[in-house]
This record gives sequence, structure tokens and C-alpha cells, in this order.
Amino acid sequence: MIIELGHYALILAIMTTFVQCVFPLWGAVRQDPWLQSMARISAFVTFALVLLSYGALTYAYLSSDFSVANVVLNSHSTKPLIYKISGVWSNHEGSMMLWVLILVFFAALVAFRGDGMPERLLASVLSVQGAIALAFLIFIVLTSNPFLRVGDPPSDGQGLNPILADPGLAIHPPLLYLGYVGFSVAFSFAIGALIHGRIDAIWARFVRPWTLIAWIFLTLGIAMGSYWAYYELGWGGWWFWDPVENASLMPWLMGTALLHSTIVMEKRDALKVWTILLSILTFSLSLLGTFLVRSGVITSVHSFASDPGRGLFILGILVVFIGGGLLMFALRASSLRQGGLFAPVSREGALVLNNLFLAASTVAVLVGTLYPLVLETFSGAKISVGAPYFNLTAVPLFIILLVLVPFGQSLAWKRGDLLGVMQKLLFAFGMSVLAVMIIFAFTIGGPIMAPVGIGLGLWMILGSATDIFTRIWPLRFDIGVIVARAWGLPRSAWGAALAHAGLGISVIGIAATAWGVEHISITKAGEKILVGPYTVALEASFKRSGQGYREEGARFLITRDNQSLGALETSKRVHAGREMPTTEAGIETFGLGQLYASLNEILPDGRVSVHLYWKPLVTLIWGGSLVMALGGALSLSDRRVRITAAERVSRTTGKSRGAPA
Amino acid sequence: MTRKQKRLSLIAVAGLILASSAGLILYALNDRIVFFYTPSDLTKQVIGPGTRVRIGGLVDLGSVDKSAFPIIKFAITDGDAKLSVVYKGLLPDLFREGQGVVSEGVITPDHVLQADAVLAKHDENYMPKEVADALKEKGVWQGGAPK
Repeated sequence: MIIELGHYALILAIMTTFVQCVFPLWGAVRQDPWLQSMARISAFVTFALVLLSYGALTYAYLSSDFSVANVVLNSHSTKPLIYKISGVWSNHEGSMMLWVLILVFFAALVAFRGDGMPERLLASVLSVQGAIALAFLIFIVLTSNPFLRVGDPPSDGQGLNPILADPGLAIHPPLLYLGYVGFSVAFSFAIGALIHGRIDAIWARFVRPWTLIAWIFLTLGIAMGSYWAYYELGWGGWWFWDPVENASLMPWLMGTALLHSTIVMEKRDALKVWTILLSILTFSLSLLGTFLVRSGVITSVHSFASDPGRGLFILGILVVFIGGGLLMFALRASSLRQGGLFAPVSREGALVLNNLFLAASTVAVLVGTLYPLVLETFSGAKISVGAPYFNLTAVPLFIILLVLVPFGQSLAWKRGDLLGVMQKLLFAFGMSVLAVMIIFAFTIGGPIMAPVGIGLGLWMILGSATDIFTRIWPLRFDIGVIVARAWGLPRSAWGAALAHAGLGISVIGIAATAWGVEHISITKAGEKILVGPYTVALEASFKRSGQGYREEGARFLITRDNQSLGALETSKRVHAGREMPTTEAGIETFGLGQLYASLNEILPDGRVSVHLYWKPLVTLIWGGSLVMALGGALSLSDRRVRITAAERVSRTTGKSRGAPA
Repeated sequence: MTRKQKRLSLIAVAGLILASSAGLILYALNDRIVFFYTPSDLTKQVIGPGTRVRIGGLVDLGSVDKSAFPIIKFAITDGDAKLSVVYKGLLPDLFREGQGVVSEGVITPDHVLQADAVLAKHDENYMPKEVADALKEKGVWQGGAPK
């Protein structure tokens, strides 16, 4: 009964999103307040219906209702509670449900927060959100319905793909989707502005917090996914330039550009048309990412079973929204009032440069991701584009961008003083170069890229510190003034400094991978293997069974300078109902580095073949991402960035109230 | 600076960045991509020394030789032709004789693939798409569309 209720709510949501899509838009065109007012109500009702539907599906998982095909295929009655909940989104149908749930949640949130918005803009924005939700709801009901019953319910389910039964992967999709789908709000605002026919600084104030929220979640989602791949796949790598990874990196790069351009728009009323374009492109890349992952058109090391037939449907959605968005842009952008020009050497000039580099690197990643597909379609040749391509195209662009970040951060708005900025940054620059030289001297013969990369990371951290320092340090030392100024400094300034420093931290972690040590050994008990500064010796191999699996593993003892430092366990697990084993990597963290063991095989004579790594500073890669997200959250808490900020402004000035005649 | 100069400097910088990244992309697309072949493609096609290739097919039954660990030898077959592979490293979990495999490396003068990567997939039901297509062409693999 509950399942039917959920199914019914899902179909009903198609009706309400149709209302949400058509009537407010009609109202916005005809400037009819009654039709426009339907936007908010229908957004709330849609959210309630999709939530109900999603709840029903979750209930089916929790109660192990094996009359539902989706539950049979992806769940098992003995699964722990967390994997019953995460099992809902660990398959195609359920993950599309989550996608739509987040989409309508954002729409409802926009409606909830929409008091201060011009009625016509709000109606247009919610109408576009409704259109996206409508398309995906139809997609779910027609091709990926999770509520289908099976005629003859089995006594138990087939279980979840064991590598997906993992806490990391349980929270990875929701984070990623909050990011992907969060950018839909910026897209809807852009289309709304094009319909509305005007954009100004207030528009940017409305969009900025939503973009920031999406960016924070996407940052966390990508970091989580990277860490999951690192420990769960047992390959020791954290980024493979795989199409599925690129699919999440592209909206992140574009979204980062958007984040910076909305600041220019808000502060200087410039880059308006460009910001609109970025909003459209960022969400387009999110849709493209969904398409690439869900359709299976691209061969990926992360490929999961997917259905090409569904791909065509998503491709249709893709064409309608990306094509429609860009067409709308082409037709209406000229009617928008252009923003002003500005001096090249200024904060806004630097942000333009940031946008150019981010856009160029997005194009490089996009080309590398889609080229194999295009080439195969037109010439039949099959190719793979991997790390060598990206290291030559996107990575140099990233490096130049990172070098420029501290300059941009220290430049003043309107007219910057480049010479003054260079003087300010001299200390940070000197310290970074000194660090490179010292590290280089201690690691002579080692890879040159590690010290240089660490210098680059330090440069970003110290550059951020310099920015904060020069803004709070008085001419004559006075602790009271410093505290007062630090307190008075807008949180968005702290947030930006923290986010840039976080990026620097990640860069240091990435650079240090060059020092990593990798050992492939076939070893017997007691034999000592030197892995970086640690000695690892096989203690014994073991066999045991846990909840729902059997495993065969090896236990290694770790020592350094004859001091015992614990043990590493790595194993091959065979899960109930699956024939293929999964590798459980053994990871021990020492300081900021990690010792990583990945079992290959236990030979009949008791010897063990194993892949051992020492990865110095590797945790900084993900730690830096957390700091970046924290910086974003700090910016979001700035009272001027908060979602209500724009409302206050528009209420007091009345500037964006009503529609132009 | 005048308005015109401001606009020109912006266009010049943008042009420079976009042109150089376009140049990099085109160069990398020529130089840094890896083509996929089946063993029988190699009998018809000459691969230059040092050119990285990906070879896909099935792991030939009885060909896996781990005696010189960590150097592993096996052969990839597509039914018509075979190619020996020498790989130093550990094999992925899903590597089995008779199963689909993709391996990347360079072809040595004595017609052996010196591989530095052997790829497998997460999913036990999954067949690498290139392999499935190639095998279907050869009529070796009768399975349905890759799931």
C-alpha cells in the first residue's frame, strides 16, 4: 500500500511540476500576479509529493519489501541499517529519485526564501526549476521507475554491490548531487533574468549564496569520492582523470569561475552577461555529468552497469535544457544592459583572469573527456585519453592560475597597485622560495616537482595570510586594534583566505605524492620490507568470516627504528551472493602520511604477494578540500552573502521591485 | 587608460590565454592519446616503436604465467590472433583466464606488449565496452549488449 502511495505521489508530482512550469511563466509573461503566485505553492506541493515518494521507497528498503524489484536487486534483509538507507541511492533508479528530490528541495527552498524577490523573477526562476523537475520525473516514471513490483517475490534480495556498501560511498552521492543540482538554482536564475529582461547587482546577491552552497557540497563530494576510490579500489591512486571523475570536476571548475564572477557583478556591476553565461554553462556541465555517468556512453574505470537506452532520454533532456538555455541567451543577452568596463590591473581584472583560466581548463577537460566519444562516432577509431593528455593541458593552466591567486587576492577593487601588491607579497614569495630551496637541498636526487609544488602550495597559504595580515595589522602594534579589525573584517574575506589556503594545502599533498614509495613484493612471514621510512614484515595470513562475507587476508607488522608501530591488515573479501572478490586495502596514518597495503594473492605455500606504498603528506589532499569547503561555509555565514541579504537590500532600496515597463 | 585601451588589453589577454590553451589541447590530442586495438588489428597495422597502445580481448586460456613474479606473462586473444603481454605489477581482482581484459603499454620489436597497466572493472557483469564491440565483430563473444 505504501509503495503504491509513493508511486502515486511520484506521478502526481508530474502534474504539479507541470503547473509549476507553465502557469508562473505564463504569469511572468503576462505580468499576472495571480498566475505568478502559483509558483511558490506548486513548488511546496511538489517537494512534499517527491519527499513522500522518496520516503515510500526508503520504507520499502527498510522493511525489506522484496515484492519491489528495485529492492530485490539492490538490498538484502541482513544488511546493516545504514546500507538499507544508502541502498536507495546506490542504484540507477534510486539515485535519480535522490537527484529529483534534491532538485525540488532547492526549488522549495528558493520559494521559501523568496519573500524579498521581485515576484516576476521568482515566478520565472521557479518555473524553470519546475521544467527541469518535470523532465526528470517523466524520465523516472517512463524508464527508471523504482516502484515496479515483481510477480513472484523472492524470499531475500540479491544484496548491494559490496564495494558500494561503504560509509564513504553512502554519503558521496548525496554530497555530489547537492552540488550538481544546487547549480540548477543559478541556471534558473539566469534563465529567469533573461525572461525578466534585467540583471543587476541585486541579482548577483540572490545567486551568490546558492552558488556557494552548491560549490561547498560539490567540493566535499569530489573529495569524498576521491578518498573512497583511494581506499576502496585498492589501487593506491586518488585521481585517475577518468570520465566519471572529470564529469564532476568540470562543473566544479565552471562553478568556481561562476562563484568569482558573481562577486565582480555584485561589487562592481560588471561582467553581467558573462555571469549569466557561466550560470547556464555550469548547470549544463552538471547535466552532462549526470548523462555521462548514467548513460554508460563512455568507458570508465568506474563504470557500473548502466542502460544505453536510458542514455538517449537523458541526452534529450540535455539537448533541451543546454540548447534551450543557450538559445535563450543568444536571443536575449543583447537586451540586457551591459556592465561597465574596468582597469585591467584591479581585483576585478584579476577575477577576469581567474575566469579565463578556469574556463580554458574546463574546455581542456571537456575535450579530453568527449574526444574519444566523438572520434569513435565519426571514424570508428577507439582511443583513450588519460593522464598524459590532462597533465599537458589542464595542469599547466591550473599551475599558472595558482601562481596568480595571491596577486588577485591582494589587489584592490577599481584601481589596483601592482607594485604595492608585489611589495606586500615579497615576504610570502621569499619564504616560499626559501622553502623550495631548503626542501630541495634535503632531498637532492629526488623528484624536482615535489619541492616546487610544495613551494606553490606555501605561496598560496602565505599569500592568503598576507592578505589577512595587511588588512588587520595597524601601523603601530596594538593588540586591541588587531582584534577589533580581525573581528570587523567581513567573514567573506576570511572565507576567501581560508578557501585559497585550503587549495594550497591540497597542492602540497598532491606535490608530495612525487615522493611516494611503491613496492610490489612477494613475501614470506618475518621477511622485512623497507617502505619509505618504515619497515613492514608479514606476520601471518588469516581466514575469517564476517557479516555477509568471507575473507582471506594478511597481517603485517610495522616498525620504524626497531619500534613497533602497530599493524596493517589487507584482505580479499568474497561477499555472499557475489563471485568476485573485493580488495580491502590496509591503511595506517602516520603524521600526515599513510602506509598503504593492498593484497594481491595468498599463494598455496603461504607466501603473500602484496602492493605496499608509503604516501607522505597524502592526507593533505583531502584535508585541504575540507578547509576549502570550510572557507566556503564561512563566506556563506557572512551577513552580506546570506540568502536574506539581497532581500534586505531590495526592500530598502526597492531597486529591483516590480518589472520594467 | 582610455576605454578603448581597457577593452583592447582585456581582449588581448583573453585571446592569448585561449589561443595557448587551444594550442596545448591540439598538441596533446595528437601526441598524448592512446589508440585501442585488438590483437588481429595489429597483424594488419604497424605500430611505431614507443607508441603507447591499448590492447583488448580475452585472456587466453592457459596463458597466464606468474613464475617470474612480479613479472607476469599472459596472452590476449580475439579468436583470430594472439598477442603476448609482459606486465610487471599486480593483476586486478577481476583478471581471469577467459575473461575480457584491456592492457596498455608499448609493443616491443619482437611483437610483445610491454604493459604497465592491466585494466579491469568494478562490476563482475561488466565487459569493457571496446572489448565487447571488438569481440562481437569477430563473432567470438555471443553475449548480449554489455550491461
